Amino acid sequence: MRHPAGPATPMTRMGFFTDTSICIGCKACEVACKEWNDVPDDGFDFLATSYDNTGGLSADTWRHVAFVEQPVSVPALGENGIRWLMSSDVCKHCTHAACLEVCPTGALFRTEFDTVVVQQDICNGCGYCVPACPFGVIDERESDGRVWKCTLCYDRLKSDLEPACAKACPTKSIQFGPLDELRARAAGRLGALREAGVADARLYGADETDGVGGFGAFFLLLDKPEVYGLPPDPVVTTRDLPRMWRAAAGAALALVGAVAAACARQR
Amino acid sequence: MRPTKVTGYYGRPVLKAPVWKSAIPLYFFTGGVAGASSTLAFAAGLRGNRRLARSAMLASVAGVAASGPLLVIDLGKPSRFLNMLRVAKPTSPMSVGSWVLTAFAPASMAAAASDVTGRLPRLGRVAAGAGAVLGPVVATYTAVLVANTAIPAWHDAHRELPFLFVGSAAASAAGIAMIATPVADAGPARRLAMMGAALELGAFRAMESRLDEAVAGPYMHGRAGRLAKAAEACSATGAVLAVTAGRRRRRAAVTAGALLCAGSLLTRFSVFRAGIESAADPAATIDPQRRRVDGRGTVGA
Repeated sequence: MRHPAGPATPMTRMGFFTDTSICIGCKACEVACKEWNDVPDDGFDFLATSYDNTGGLSADTWRHVAFVEQPVSVPALGENGIRWLMSSDVCKHCTHAACLEVCPTGALFRTEFDTVVVQQDICNGCGYCVPACPFGVIDERESDGRVWKCTLCYDRLKSDLEPACAKACPTKSIQFGPLDELRARAAGRLGALREAGVADARLYGADETDGVGGFGAFFLLLDKPEVYGLPPDPVVTTRDLPRMWRAAAGAALALVGAVAAACARQR
Repeated sequence: MRPTKVTGYYGRPVLKAPVWKSAIPLYFFTGGVAGASSTLAFAAGLRGNRRLARSAMLASVAGVAASGPLLVIDLGKPSRFLNMLRVAKPTSPMSVGSWVLTAFAPASMAAAASDVTGRLPRLGRVAAGAGAVLGPVVATYTAVLVANTAIPAWHDAHRELPFLFVGSAAASAAGIAMIATPVADAGPARRLAMMGAALELGAFRAMESRLDEAVAGPYMHGRAGRLAKAAEACSATGAVLAVTAGRRRRRAAVTAGALLCAGSLLTRFSVFRAGIESAADPAATIDPQRRRVDGRGTVGA
């Protein structure tokens, strides 16, 4: 469903398909994103979490490569085997984007490519989008007070270029294109993996009936989403907003009733 | 060798914690005082209790005057606060609240100004009526604002939070009215204090018992839990004192009013703090979602 504030002439929805089964953890996407978008550093901390010293997406990290080391049993090594999962995370550019829906200034908007972008000259740093995002993507940059996240390289898209991360990815783990094509390709890839015996392979965010109406940037994962730090069943908070306003109306009436009852006698 | 089980990705939070500072729970309190006081002032005025109406009107103005600066200083870009009125978005309780406050603030101030100066009485009555209608919205929308996030302790409590906030607002407005009004005229405030505190305590209990075990934790333990217990003690004591010794002795009425305000303030900080703790806990996000997915039994995520 297109957001009412979207463009009058619908264009093809563009997005990412991140196939984590062929990610080699090189972090070229992180570097390319930083360089192209001039994203400041996010501190140089030693986190002791495998090869990941970035931790997660933030105002200053718009692509984040997760590294998971799983103990597995393999014939050559016995119990000492390790399975390495690597996955490049990014803003999901949700069909029903909570950040955009709660933004009170209209700074967050849906572009002609059906991506979700912050207009930095509008954002007043109210911070509402930060706890609204079910993935913990968007965040405030302390030095500047405004919120920042992946723009799906809006400037590059306008010039018919693919986003910097996809361009730099050496294995085509990050693929950019029209969402329909990506979904079809992902379904094929999933089928091939399943056939090859990778039973845990699954698509994450490719289903339009999920709690956020499907992602504009979806994934092929090799384990449960939470293993990668992703929520297993994200829901756009505004789905329950009518119910919340109904509860609020009841509460407001309760206040009026209490005041009326309290004032039933003059003194 | 398997390491001890950690939730999610190295135990890191799935969600980002709100960047809001203490100004926001403080505003929940001042906004609650302003909103509930306007409604109390109007009803007391209708019943001819001029003294109570006057003190509630002034409390409303004080609440409004405190709220504006609190909201502006919490912005990352305070100079752009007017961008709040750039659009009107029903999907954003913050946008709805900004517009309601924009109408409520002048109504509250005009009503009090007319009452104090005796000028333009008809306009004053219209303003007081508008304040009485918008007041409950001002006192309630903040509950929807926090509930309308991904934070489990806030979102999942969306049924009870509006009642908790309204009860808290009524108790604090009544408390201030008791402090600012002679005992003989403060009867309605004492009765409202009782009802407000009962609603506040009842809503909190309902919330605790209905919430998922993985989600309710912060309301019961740790810093937010301690704030909640202190809030409960203050509100309950204040309400009981209000309708006992507070009916006769001025000093008891003032103490009761102060306790009710403290209880309301602590409630706001408890809810606020619970949200921050909930966002930091990956299990609160992941566990209920995982059970949902497993319950559906679908392949995929």
